[in-house]
Amino acid sequence: MRWLLIKDLQILRRSPLLVGVLIVYPIAIALMIGFALSSPPGKPKVALLNEVAPGQGRINFGSQQINVAGYASQLFQSIDPIKVHSREEAVAKVKDGQALAALIIPSDITEQVQSLVTTGVGSPTVELILNTKDPIERQFVDQAISARLSQVEQAVSKQVLRVAVTDLQQVLTGGTIQFLGQNFHLLGLRNARTIVQGTIASLPPGSPLRVALSQVSSFASLAIEGLGFASPVLGSIGTPLTVVQTQLAGQTTPTDSYAAAIAVIVSLMIVTVLLAAGMLALERSENTYSRLVRGLVSPGRLLSEKIALSAGCAASVSLLMAAFVSLFVHLDWSRCELWVLALACGGLAFGALGVAIGGISREVSTSSLLAFLLSLPIAFVALVPADAVSGAVKSVLDAVAFLFPFKAALQAANNAFSGTSPGIGWPLVHLAVLTVGFAGLARLGLRRFA
Amino acid sequence: MPSAASTGEPAASLGVHSLTKRFGTRTALNAVSFELLAGELVGIIGPNGAGKTTLLSILAGVLEPSTGELTRSPREIGWVPQQPALYSKLSVAENLRLFARLEQLSDPERAVTEMLAQTDLRDRADEEVGRLSGGNQQRVNIAIGLLCEPGVLLLDEPSASLDPRQRERLWEFIGALAGRGTTVVFSTHNVAEVERYADRVLVLVDGVLLFTGTPAELGRTVGGDRRDFEAAFVHFLHERGH
Repeated sequence: MRWLLIKDLQILRRSPLLVGVLIVYPIAIALMIGFALSSPPGKPKVALLNEVAPGQGRINFGSQQINVAGYASQLFQSIDPIKVHSREEAVAKVKDGQALAALIIPSDITEQVQSLVTTGVGSPTVELILNTKDPIERQFVDQAISARLSQVEQAVSKQVLRVAVTDLQQVLTGGTIQFLGQNFHLLGLRNARTIVQGTIASLPPGSPLRVALSQVSSFASLAIEGLGFASPVLGSIGTPLTVVQTQLAGQTTPTDSYAAAIAVIVSLMIVTVLLAAGMLALERSENTYSRLVRGLVSPGRLLSEKIALSAGCAASVSLLMAAFVSLFVHLDWSRCELWVLALACGGLAFGALGVAIGGISREVSTSSLLAFLLSLPIAFVALVPADAVSGAVKSVLDAVAFLFPFKAALQAANNAFSGTSPGIGWPLVHLAVLTVGFAGLARLGLRRFA
Repeated sequence: MPSAASTGEPAASLGVHSLTKRFGTRTALNAVSFELLAGELVGIIGPNGAGKTTLLSILAGVLEPSTGELTRSPREIGWVPQQPALYSKLSVAENLRLFARLEQLSDPERAVTEMLAQTDLRDRADEEVGRLSGGNQQRVNIAIGLLCEPGVLLLDEPSASLDPRQRERLWEFIGALAGRGTTVVFSTHNVAEVERYADRVLVLVDGVLLFTGTPAELGRTVGGDRRDFEAAFVHFLHERGH
């Protein structure tokens, strides 16, 4: 087997273009996937027309003013605003593609909000103009702005409730409020009741005022009790739900290291599968297979050599890639022996898949095409999130992913890189089983190889 | 062309007994038996699909026979497939060295040097095989078949892709091999080559061995008035319903 390995390495050394493509292409694909998964989406460019006059963004509510315009700045966390000065300009920006959408805040938005919070009448409205050319971009912008607008809505209503609760508290306990620039002293229900009760106590027993004041005192007590109950209820409406997160799968996987694992395994898969499939098919294209298996090398040894060659080359490239990626993303170097183990086992399984493809297709160009066409869907199937498709489709995808080495190799590499659960044991066993299975399939393919 | 068969003592170099090969329900070879003598140059002819390549593949150990036996192990037989079985990215010497090592020869370097000399490829030793002419590739192909110094060499249509000059040089080389005592068996569609170079001819039709004898005997079997060997061969097939 040593001489065959040396021979194949000599052939590879004399095919620099092929080797270059085999290395550069998967790394480029892997880096793109890595960047896509690890980078948050950028802020969409949105033309923003704010027709509210400066200084007019405040509403009066109860004893306080709420700066509605201040909440607009929250929108800028989700969008990259392009300030425009008219609706026509906003529409033009969207039409010519400078902005993905336009958001128009009307000049009377403050009055609309004021009317809503004071009288309960009205529906404050902002206008969103979307470019409908690209449905994906449209959905992206729509979601980004809608999500942020609902946060603004929630923040405003929370602020309104906070003011309402404060005012109710002052109605209950009394204090000083500002209204139209003047200070007013509020007695408060509790103080009023104390005064009334003191007055009742000081009245002669037969005083006709006693009955009337007792009714006032009872009403005050009822109002105190009712408003005292209302305050915490109103306060809780602002944040009706509190989300408590519980992680069931042990340590969570950092997004960056998971993206790095995906990038490395995609690279490992493409190099190994293409190399194994191509090098086995080459033996037939060069007519050397028949010469080799007539007593010089058994078919099993030939397959082992191709698997070992492709796994060794690809695992080395992937290991270097992981080391390079670790300069930017935290990968646990104390587990580097597990890196080697995961990449080697993954490489062997992908190599076995590659020789199965080479054995069945029997021709270099066909096997290369088949290897390439199979590789990306295999990765795609394994990466589909659980909630992205229906349960039945997900079950089918899981079954397909189970039959190919990508998912197990990814789990093994992910564990090796960051020590996350599930452990590395089961993925390695899975990879070993797949290696044997695909090697067996390749052996069957060799029956009609000569 | 002189050969050991015509000048030396005849000795059985390879015995083939009742060789049958079936592919599913189709019988590609049907109870084929013959013996080859040391230094004999034997041509196998027959129409397409007659079983020539199947027969050579079984003798070479590439295919297993369904029934029948050989008196020699395929490892002791040199085999030169129809298409050059070479690594085009490796040089001539590297190809020879690789197969010498896989054959586990005691001195691979000596074997490479000898083969380069025998095939007159010393000057091209470091050239990539893919850049050689078809004739030179066929010489390397034959050189690899000869690495283990086999007593029997099988050639599957060795001159099929060669021009007349390359063919001439190839037959000179093969004649010299037979002259040194190597039994050479070749298949061909070119019956003129059989008439010219073979000591003996085997006619295989539909997997059945219909004739074995010298080219002259084949001509006599058909009738003496035939002007050329090819016409005699075609008449032979017609007489037997092919």
